[in-house]
Amino acid sequence: MHVSTPVIELEHGVVGYDDRPVLHDVSLTVPAGQVVAILGANGSGKSTLVRAALGMLPLASGTVRLFGTPLARFRQRWRIGYVPQRVGAASGVPATVTEVVAAGRLARRGFLRPPRPTDREAVERAIATVGLTERRHLPVATLSGGQQQRVLIARALATEPELLVLDEPTAGIDAASQVAFAAAIRHFVASGGTALLVAHELGPLRELVNRAVVLHHGRVVHDGPVPEPLGHHAAPDHDHVHPHAPDEPPGIWDGGTYQ
Amino acid sequence: MSIFAHQFMQYALLGALITGLAAPALGTYLVQRRLALIGDGLGHVALTGVGVGLLTAQSPVLTAMLAAAAGAIAIELVRERGKTSGDVALAILFYGGIAGGVFLVALSAEHTNANLMAYLFGSPLTTSRDDLIVMAVLGGAVIAVAVGLRSWLFAICHDEEFARVSGLPVRLLNLLIAVTAAVTVTVAMRAVGLLLVSALMVVPVATAQLLTRGFRATQLLAMGIGLSAAGGGIWFAGVYDTAPGATIVLLAIAAFAMVTVATAAWRRVRRTRGSPTAEGAELEPPEVVLTR
Repeated sequence: MHVSTPVIELEHGVVGYDDRPVLHDVSLTVPAGQVVAILGANGSGKSTLVRAALGMLPLASGTVRLFGTPLARFRQRWRIGYVPQRVGAASGVPATVTEVVAAGRLARRGFLRPPRPTDREAVERAIATVGLTERRHLPVATLSGGQQQRVLIARALATEPELLVLDEPTAGIDAASQVAFAAAIRHFVASGGTALLVAHELGPLRELVNRAVVLHHGRVVHDGPVPEPLGHHAAPDHDHVHPHAPDEPPGIWDGGTYQ
Repeated sequence: MSIFAHQFMQYALLGALITGLAAPALGTYLVQRRLALIGDGLGHVALTGVGVGLLTAQSPVLTAMLAAAAGAIAIELVRERGKTSGDVALAILFYGGIAGGVFLVALSAEHTNANLMAYLFGSPLTTSRDDLIVMAVLGGAVIAVAVGLRSWLFAICHDEEFARVSGLPVRLLNLLIAVTAAVTVTVAMRAVGLLLVSALMVVPVATAQLLTRGFRATQLLAMGIGLSAAGGGIWFAGVYDTAPGATIVLLAIAAFAMVTVATAAWRRVRRTRGSPTAEGAELEPPEVVLTR
């Protein structure tokens, strides 16, 4: 029987910040084609888990393999599209949507190589996927928070990844952008992509997720179907915050570009 | 009769133009990182290098560059660790740099205070042919790095963590920016002086970003503004006999002030005319619009 190589294999991962363990012996395997959500309360270690899996945080013990290659020897970074927890896509100097998204293409483009037509097309396609084509020449700082988050997912898609890793992708963004976001991920998954997303709540992404891993105090307490929201919310020390937009009908939130 | 008929004025002009192009080209990355004052600190550190050069009878330009590069790498290592105490460490480095520089220059007996002033505030009118060659080579290198590697340097300055996940050589590029900033300081030393270097790295960028939408456009426009301020400043200083370095910087600041007022006025005109489609007037709820 042929079993394809898992995209992520984390075995017995332990991570600690300043001797305070945040992840205790966590193992997680993400097979190709799956959409896995890491759920849990604030401080349960969700972000730590994905950051360790991508090599952004060192493991105190345990091993990570990406696409079958040990993390330390993994060089094919273009196979991963990473969407960080939103801190805003803007920075000190203005940058257009296209410029920010093009930064995501560099992993595929190769160091010191000038852009080829395929690179430009991939950037344009990524921007179209998140519905920002009309705004591609605008400075990202002038976009709404949700649109900025869409810029970051376009940047991750620009490298044409096989694995998309999203850290709290829908926290605090408006309804129109959440819908645009879900559509972009559905498109990605339909074309054979694998996704790992960290979420406090799934919102419109819920229907896309086919497996949920729930962390509690740095340990896996559930691995399987998406748990009912009620049960999750009833967890003893569930720290509930609602970073959403107010409950307005989506039409008001829709900037008009994305349908 | 043009004042540029004199050879020393031609050298002064060329040196200033190189500086005016190179400083904002690199300064764009420093502004993007919100490290606008780093150039100032590197100028301070470079003064110690000048002192070492004068004392040991080496080329002060070379020793200034080495000191500034060492300082830049130290700053980068502090920044990379993200230490909260980094702020104080940088302050000590900067003040130590300028105090050490003044101390060493004073120690070198044959050099007077006038010499120190030349390094601190520039002396473009004394630019020699050899100076000019050094400035052209180093300035060319700065521009080649700042413009040629724009995509990569933009990526690491914009979002370092993402760049690391993308597999970009983040550390190498960070050190490259640091060392290039140090070289820029050395290039600008003759034209505007070590205390005013940072102004040419920052002010044209601040002016340009009032008018531009993108990073590339900001960098190129800032280089144009730097070039104009440098050329205009040397001309003005030659005609009216003012301090050239200070004149260049004041011109750059005057341009910033004018553009600030003009863009504010333009925005007001557009608003009072009430064209709802003018700028960003989409139906975005104000509370989710992030300002820069």
